[in-house]
Amino acid sequence: MSVEDQPVTVNHYESKLKLKSYVIGFGLSLLLTLTAYLLVTNHGASRHVLIGIVVLLALVQFFVQIYYFLHLGAETKPRWKLAVFLSMTGVVLILVFGSLWIMTNLNNRQTIPQQIQYMNNQDGL
Amino acid sequence: METTIALAEKAHKKQESQEKQDKMIFGFWVYIMTDCVLFASLFATYAVLHNNTFGGPSGAQIFNLPYVLAETMLLLTSSFTCGLATIAMQNKDRRKVLMYFILTFILGLSFLVMELKEFRHLAVIGDSWTRSGFLSSYFTLVGTHGLHITIGLIWMAVMIVRLFNTKLTDNNIRRMKMLSMFWHFLDVIWIFIFTIVYLFGALHV
Repeated sequence: MSVEDQPVTVNHYESKLKLKSYVIGFGLSLLLTLTAYLLVTNHGASRHVLIGIVVLLALVQFFVQIYYFLHLGAETKPRWKLAVFLSMTGVVLILVFGSLWIMTNLNNRQTIPQQIQYMNNQDGL
Repeated sequence: METTIALAEKAHKKQESQEKQDKMIFGFWVYIMTDCVLFASLFATYAVLHNNTFGGPSGAQIFNLPYVLAETMLLLTSSFTCGLATIAMQNKDRRKVLMYFILTFILGLSFLVMELKEFRHLAVIGDSWTRSGFLSSYFTLVGTHGLHITIGLIWMAVMIVRLFNTKLTDNNIRRMKMLSMFWHFLDVIWIFIFTIVYLFGALHV
């Protein structure tokens, strides 16, 4: 057995802290996933309320895993990881909600009666 | 006197290599964040197309929620065991690192097999990606995640073979840190697939 293979006692305290963070993250994730699943399968509330709750649970789990598994909060200054994370969040929000906005708007403007009328006016096409 | 100089040089070298390692890990973090943008565009596509079933089945008709919950549990547990591997890595306990990585690999592989079985089932009953806009976007989104899992598993297999043959060198530690980041990130993406695709599908959103 080489020196490297032997357990080092120096950072045991730190690794205990880390273990705690993984156990907490795992426990919370399990709890949040099961809560969302059981609420949906048992129809625990009305549909609109359920949609809100499920989205909320997913967001909480997202931050739990980012914090406890990816250790975003453990970074020291300057917080470059956090900066990139925040700009990613901005891009993602613009991308997702922008697409949905444009596409629903387009969908609303292209109603089927309008198309039929257009086709009628154009003598079939 | 000479020994102090040698020691100072050694400490300096160590610090340099640590800084280099930190930079590479930050670069990998930036890659992961851009990958999030890729997934966001696929989620947006899915959100736009998920009602365009073209006479085919809707999500509620084809998704098997208990099956998906089992998949979720496998992936979540694998993310946890991957974290345990990084702790063992910090303690320089190579045998534990190997054990946890092999466990993570088995859990990840089970997840992938379950997902491929689900895809195969859908293709066999005629609901493949060619059926409707909804199914195209579904297969693209979940399939891209599955592809990432496949790449992660190949990476992990290479890492396990490497660890059998070499020690826990700085290079190996850096690679394992990146691999564990990648694996946790895939679990984070799965939270949203589970919620937006499967739970929303069951709720007829």
